[in-house]
Amino acid sequence: MLSTREAYGAALAAEGDGRNFYVLDADLSKATQTVQFANRFPHRFFDMGIAEANMMGFAAGLSTCNVPVVVSTFAAFAAGRAYDQIRNSIAYPNCNVKIGATHGGILIGADGGSHQCIEDLALMRAIPNMVVLCPCDEMETRACVKAALDYEGPVYMRFGRSPAAQMFDHPIKFEIGKGTVLKDGEDVTIIAVGDMVSRSVRAAELLAEHGVRAAVLDMASVKPIDRELIVQYARKTGRVVTAEDHNVMGGLGSAVCEVLSKECPTPVAMVGVQDRFGRSGSPEELAEYYGLTAECICQSALNLIKG
Amino acid sequence: MRMCLREEALREMARQIRIDVVDSLFHAGSGHPGGSLSAAEIMSVLYFYKMNVDPAKPDKEDRDRFVLSKGHAAPVYYAALAERGFFSREELKTLRKIDSRLQGHPDRTKTPGVDMSTGSLGQGISAAAGMALYAKKENKPFRVYCLIGDGEMQEGQVWEAMMAAAHYRLGNLTVLLDNNNLQIDGSVDKVMSIYPVKEKAQAFGWQVLEADGHDVKALSAALDESCADADTPTFIICKTTKGKGVSFMENQAGWHGAAINEEQYRMAMRELKG
Repeated sequence: MLSTREAYGAALAAEGDGRNFYVLDADLSKATQTVQFANRFPHRFFDMGIAEANMMGFAAGLSTCNVPVVVSTFAAFAAGRAYDQIRNSIAYPNCNVKIGATHGGILIGADGGSHQCIEDLALMRAIPNMVVLCPCDEMETRACVKAALDYEGPVYMRFGRSPAAQMFDHPIKFEIGKGTVLKDGEDVTIIAVGDMVSRSVRAAELLAEHGVRAAVLDMASVKPIDRELIVQYARKTGRVVTAEDHNVMGGLGSAVCEVLSKECPTPVAMVGVQDRFGRSGSPEELAEYYGLTAECICQSALNLIKG
Repeated sequence: MRMCLREEALREMARQIRIDVVDSLFHAGSGHPGGSLSAAEIMSVLYFYKMNVDPAKPDKEDRDRFVLSKGHAAPVYYAALAERGFFSREELKTLRKIDSRLQGHPDRTKTPGVDMSTGSLGQGISAAAGMALYAKKENKPFRVYCLIGDGEMQEGQVWEAMMAAAHYRLGNLTVLLDNNNLQIDGSVDKVMSIYPVKEKAQAFGWQVLEADGHDVKALSAALDESCADADTPTFIICKTTKGKGVSFMENQAGWHGAAINEEQYRMAMRELKG
């Protein structure tokens, strides 16, 4: 099982063969795994040191010379620390820069609250021009990276730190703006991103033991989001549970509610971090502590069904 | 293509740029006169002596780049672009209006000749250095020029960019400091001193030159000298006067960002047109 950050590093190295792009990192290339690209294409890799704001500006300037640029650091130091540079130097000028942010969410584990970015999807989603992607496993990550490089414009990609359960056992095609039905069902729809996708599939199995047929949607394209698929499943099942390793304010759950409140008002339960900062612990301990387990998703669905 | 105007013509161009600045700001009803007027000679020398640009092909690959890191001085940027032929002088009157290509701060997606969107201070210099890094790595012949404000140097990102430009030996990057020593809340040395700026820039590994920022001959010479070393970025400290050319705006922090009323407009135009 590869983590999505490892898959990201491998994808950059693989894509580097067929096309020209630059990769920048801020002294975290081993953690973000851009080192895989750096080792193969040292002349197209630049370490910018521990200066994320400047790195975003360099990336923007480079990209105006018609070369796509990928920048990497932890989600907390990209979306958080360099928010204004992403907004004003990358998104507002519509620069062809891809932000590969690793270590997103609480489930990164022991580093604790300073490093557990639970607001990046909200921050990035609120910036016009920005595409926001959060893949769940190795194959989807590889496809996401390819789609981001094919796309002309700013893209924020969020990757996790811990090994990610395999959801796809073969290479897939990924289309920005499209969700994936991982499991069909009639009683409730679980919509998830990133590490929460495998937990949602497990939750669907738990629900089956209760006689509940749950559909599971993988919504890796957080923005633009697949409105059609969300509405289709909300109509079909009448209940929606969202699952994300992110604050319940402003992330996937909010994005789903924005669609449903307008197009198909539906009861929604949001599984995620309940507006609290993170803390140290193992990923599983943290999942338990913050209510991000398959059991929590299952319970939220059952509560919705009970009404 | 370069224009290479002579000294007298460059001075005259600076005067015309100032007229355009006051005219566009009067019609806009808001904006930043002080820091625009202080940079008129700098823009004249860049666009009419030094830079290789082509108004007919604003995106030409090997053009020299310019980034206005002090984005609030957009009026002087637009004036220089209009005089150079990127768009008409008449369009300057649309500054800051709805549907205008001339936004309150530079927007590369809207204005021909604008290489980078700026406005949030401290960011343009990083983008300029990124462009220079590209030219260096890909052996492109273009140079990158960047104009920053002295108050802007209080932003930490400026120093991150200076560190990185020296580290990557970006001798194709010239940064000009519009050193008028005034910012919104008062004089730069009183609000938050950036001095001694020459020694700081040198310590960061830059070649540092000094010039009277209103002397087109001194500016031309400094810009020529800035191209000498392929591996060392150049920092030109341009000593300027905020509001230069309009007597009642000179050295007045209050004219950093203020609307020009009709009477002030007439007085300013009378002075500038002589």
